Amino acid sequence: MSDLHTELKKSIIEQLNLEDMEVSEIENDEHLFGDGLGLDSIDALELIVLLEKDYGIKLTDPNQGKEIFNSINTMADFIEKNRTR
Amino acid sequence: MSRNYLLSDSIISPLGFSTKENLAAILRSESALKWHNNSRFFENGYYAGLIDESIIDDKFNELGSPDDYTKLEKMIILAIQQVLDEQPDLEIENTGLIISTTKGNIDELEKSKFSPDRVYLWKMAEVIADFFGFKTKPIVVSNACISGGLAIKTANDLISTGRFINAIVAGGDLISDFVLSGFQSFQAISPEPCRPFSNDRQGVSLGEAAAAILIGPANSDASEKVAYLDATTANDANHISGPSRTGEGLFQSISRLFQHNNIEPSQIDFLSAHGTATIYNDEMEAIAFNRAGLDHVPVNSFKGYYGHTLGTSALIESILTKHSLLSGQLFNSINYSASGVSQDLNIIEKNKKKDLTLALKSASGFGGCNLAMLLKKGGI
Amino acid sequence: MSQNLFIRNSVVIRDSRVWRDGELIFKNETETTLSKFLKAIYKHQNLKYPKFFKMDSLSKLGYLGAEILINGEIQDKNTALVFSNSASSLETDEAYAQTMQDFPSPALFVYTLPNIMLGEISIRHQLRSENVFFVSREFDASLYIDYSKALFQEKKADNVLCGWVDLHNNDYDVFLWQIARSGGIDFNEEELKKLYLPTHE
Repeated sequence: MSDLHTELKKSIIEQLNLEDMEVSEIENDEHLFGDGLGLDSIDALELIVLLEKDYGIKLTDPNQGKEIFNSINTMADFIEKNRTR
Repeated sequence: MSRNYLLSDSIISPLGFSTKENLAAILRSESALKWHNNSRFFENGYYAGLIDESIIDDKFNELGSPDDYTKLEKMIILAIQQVLDEQPDLEIENTGLIISTTKGNIDELEKSKFSPDRVYLWKMAEVIADFFGFKTKPIVVSNACISGGLAIKTANDLISTGRFINAIVAGGDLISDFVLSGFQSFQAISPEPCRPFSNDRQGVSLGEAAAAILIGPANSDASEKVAYLDATTANDANHISGPSRTGEGLFQSISRLFQHNNIEPSQIDFLSAHGTATIYNDEMEAIAFNRAGLDHVPVNSFKGYYGHTLGTSALIESILTKHSLLSGQLFNSINYSASGVSQDLNIIEKNKKKDLTLALKSASGFGGCNLAMLLKKGGI
Repeated sequence: MSQNLFIRNSVVIRDSRVWRDGELIFKNETETTLSKFLKAIYKHQNLKYPKFFKMDSLSKLGYLGAEILINGEIQDKNTALVFSNSASSLETDEAYAQTMQDFPSPALFVYTLPNIMLGEISIRHQLRSENVFFVSREFDASLYIDYSKALFQEKKADNVLCGWVDLHNNDYDVFLWQIARSGGIDFNEEELKKLYLPTHE
């Protein structure tokens, strides 16, 4: 597992207040929304803030988020390709 | 139980500084929504309905010193003063003051021009009450975007329990950086003036305004007045910010209201919707209205004229609905182009005259709250 | 119209302590932060509701108060919620205003309305009932009485859950109680004030 994957899991747990959840409990390919981690629309907005704050990526089209935030893997891929910091 | 009526009223908005001016502007299809480029949260500017404080101060000078009151307090005071001017015989000691607002003087968090307690909603209400010498303790209703309607319901209910004989309901909210940045963080702001229920809608436009109305018994002929029949609220119990996909709470509030008052959907002559122009809100309302059998009822959203005025919106829209009933005037749902919801609605596409007796006002807001209110022209 | 209404059950959360019907049921022995105190109540009550951790402190106080008051499920889904406080959502407003300086937080902004607490309680107990949130300088017993009476008179509810849930500058004051047509203590200003501030008698 790359450092970015672990880093993402840590910040998701912290930013989204997933109390009592450990980094090891989140699978790389697990769905973040719906039946996986069960995140909701406010979490999605908070993830958009996280992309901008930590990686300098500004999402202009909210619909983009659906694919990017599918799983830790998809998020990490997107960040690798687009990060400015 | 004695009936209460929607009596004198006032709207202070970018469209005018009285109800009369506002109604005239609406008939001319004017919108308060203009492009502004004064916020660090919008690189490319944004559309909103804003009132320049210097214009407010010009008007306020006749009443008091503009430096002693916040922008929002001045707007609400101006609105209440107009109501009182029309009601010289009103006994203020028996009159309640009910303030509807979501954020009050929240802009003072950053400005700190006044004492820090001015950001408390009760403090703002007390400042306004003291200005006029109200004897009863002011009451603040802060229930997100249904506040304005809920404040009218509260006035009626507290009159019926004998807390006061009549009440002035006054509301106001500003479009501060606080609110702008928040809605922007929700990615909810439309890049152009909002288009409620339209297929090309892209979100809300925000607007600032204040309004006031006297609620109480009719002390003269009631046939030319609009009565408050009843209102109900219902929670979606679904999500704190996202509208219900089934419109459950809004449907519940409407259907309970109808049951309670033995009203059939076919009796409703006009429906004043919430219609914020976000994708999900308007779809939710369309579903709820259809479930309630209201698909044929002429419906509009006033948001294209004012933007979303938050805690004031349901108050302003109730006042406009009152005047629709009195003048037999259906107002165009401005900025509507073509249907963008999954259910049939009878959107009002141009101003027209029609005999109107019974109107339904609805509102929905964050926290999953919904409200439905029946207003009826004439004595009951 | 006269009708008899009664107070059933009450909860007070104040000074690192929790009382149910006047009986102390939980106390934080050591000085601690509000968020740790709230989590300690959650654990003490054996609650399993992950949404709790996403709430702001004001909603947590309201949620916890309701859980302890109800002690399980709210049976009557038509139980109305009549709440108020003094500081509205100012605690979270200030936290959100801090984030405005760089990246405004949507997760905080959503809690910058006091009635979000009513949404949280409604979601938890699946209540599609009447809601209202008032703001007043201090606890206003007569406002709860007048508004609740109207709800009963107009047959909008058979049970009302009332709450005073206030929080600002880490000072909190929580008082919740239920009103019904039978059982319990008479629902009047005097009794209500006694339950709210028992030590000031």
